[in-house]
Amino acid sequence: MSVTEMFGYIQGFLDADQETREDIRKVVQILEQTAREILTVLQSVHQPSGFKEIPNKCAKARELFCTVRTHIADLKTKFPMEQYYRFHEHWRFVLQRSVFLAAFVVYLESEALVTREEVAKILGIEVVRERGFHLDVEDYLAGVLIMASELSRLAVNSVTAGDYNRPLRISNFINELDSGFRLLNLKNDPLRKRYDGLKYDVKKIEEVVYDLSIRGLAKESESGGGK
Amino acid sequence: MNKRQGEGCPRKNTDAAQDESANTCSPVMAAFKVFQQELDVKHDKYERLVKLSRDITIESKRTIFLLHRVTSVPDTTEILKEADTKLDGVRQKIGQIAEELRGEDIYQFHRAYTPGIQEYVEAVSFLHYIRQRSLISLEEINARLVFMRSEKDVAESAGAQVLTFQVTPSDYLLGVADLTGELMRMCISSVGNGDIDTPFQLSQFLRQIHDGFSYIGNTGPYEVSKKLHTLRQSLGKVEDACYTLRVRGSEIPKHMLADVFSSRTALIDPEEGVV
Repeated sequence: MSVTEMFGYIQGFLDADQETREDIRKVVQILEQTAREILTVLQSVHQPSGFKEIPNKCAKARELFCTVRTHIADLKTKFPMEQYYRFHEHWRFVLQRSVFLAAFVVYLESEALVTREEVAKILGIEVVRERGFHLDVEDYLAGVLIMASELSRLAVNSVTAGDYNRPLRISNFINELDSGFRLLNLKNDPLRKRYDGLKYDVKKIEEVVYDLSIRGLAKESESGGGK
Repeated sequence: MNKRQGEGCPRKNTDAAQDESANTCSPVMAAFKVFQQELDVKHDKYERLVKLSRDITIESKRTIFLLHRVTSVPDTTEILKEADTKLDGVRQKIGQIAEELRGEDIYQFHRAYTPGIQEYVEAVSFLHYIRQRSLISLEEINARLVFMRSEKDVAESAGAQVLTFQVTPSDYLLGVADLTGELMRMCISSVGNGDIDTPFQLSQFLRQIHDGFSYIGNTGPYEVSKKLHTLRQSLGKVEDACYTLRVRGSEIPKHMLADVFSSRTALIDPEEGVV
């Protein structure tokens, strides 16, 4: 094979690669759009009026997740499944976002940590790599960490809205999350960087809980997390 | 501020078990235990691959150094044979990588072993060039990376005795880009030994590769465009050398050519990056 032929061959490969990436990028863009819509719906829980409508908002968000599922199904057709990690970077961000949104919805509904299986179901993807488009464990954890900072915000705003018990429940939840993360041996990677931010969320919620308890505003202070 | 409930649940003997405050019974903790294991398995595999990659890099570099000696030795067969043996060793290491990657998504760990593979491509294509005076193709490289599993492994699990490793086109491309640096060095040193033909052959070959890379341009991976710059420099040096040979070759007695070029290389060398 001559040098020119060889480079022609490689070029053909690179072109195909480029095309696949272009296709993926298009779908991911739509996916990001939908994720933003869901975020907008959920953001309104921070408003005083939004607190009463939490079930409503969640139902609406769940509806929007249907769209997410169809887009992800579309994304799955754009590349060969065994090359998931080759193009992983393209949808990593939006997938983490979606995990966060799903986890947030589940938390608002049931005040529990969404399992990886549940997220996968909400997004219409797999947990195990062998079975197709799956949810990488690091992406799941990153999504959960985004939710933690959202919850610390929610704790502050729920006090403003006059809901004094919620911060206590959030505090318990975040603490449990924190000890969970402490079990992990993280490498010096983006996930680790994000995890380092968790302690500030913990701190902030603890301050809120402190403020409430010294003023006697937290009624069932001891076992607030029981629910 | 963990919940210190202190329930005495039986705890698995994991590394993190010393985390006293951890409430091991809650579903959250149970889930994170699973994540811990999953992440550890992944990180361990990654580290093993990095180590293999390093070994491959070192051994390939040594092979390249060995191959640079062919310009100054009358009988090259001995050196080529030795290089073959060395590369066989490298291939075994690549076999271990293939073993690690069996059943995995190869791109998940690609970052761990890509430097080693590029170095291997460089070494193997250098050897191929010295022997055949042509560019080794991607298929030829991949064809040599087929591994039969050892007897006892086969006994354990029947089927899939053959293990292959595929060099990706971009790894191949980057390896070939590195090769040009070696060719440039080979060109200069062969002039130093009074070999007049090799430089011209090399400049021809380098020009072809350069044209190939210009053809690919910036559609390739990001690193290619970086290496293209170095490639230009190498090509420039080789072309200059050929020019000098042509112009002054007839004037300067052969035994003095070496001096002309050793002074040239001394000027050139500092800008040469680590290839």
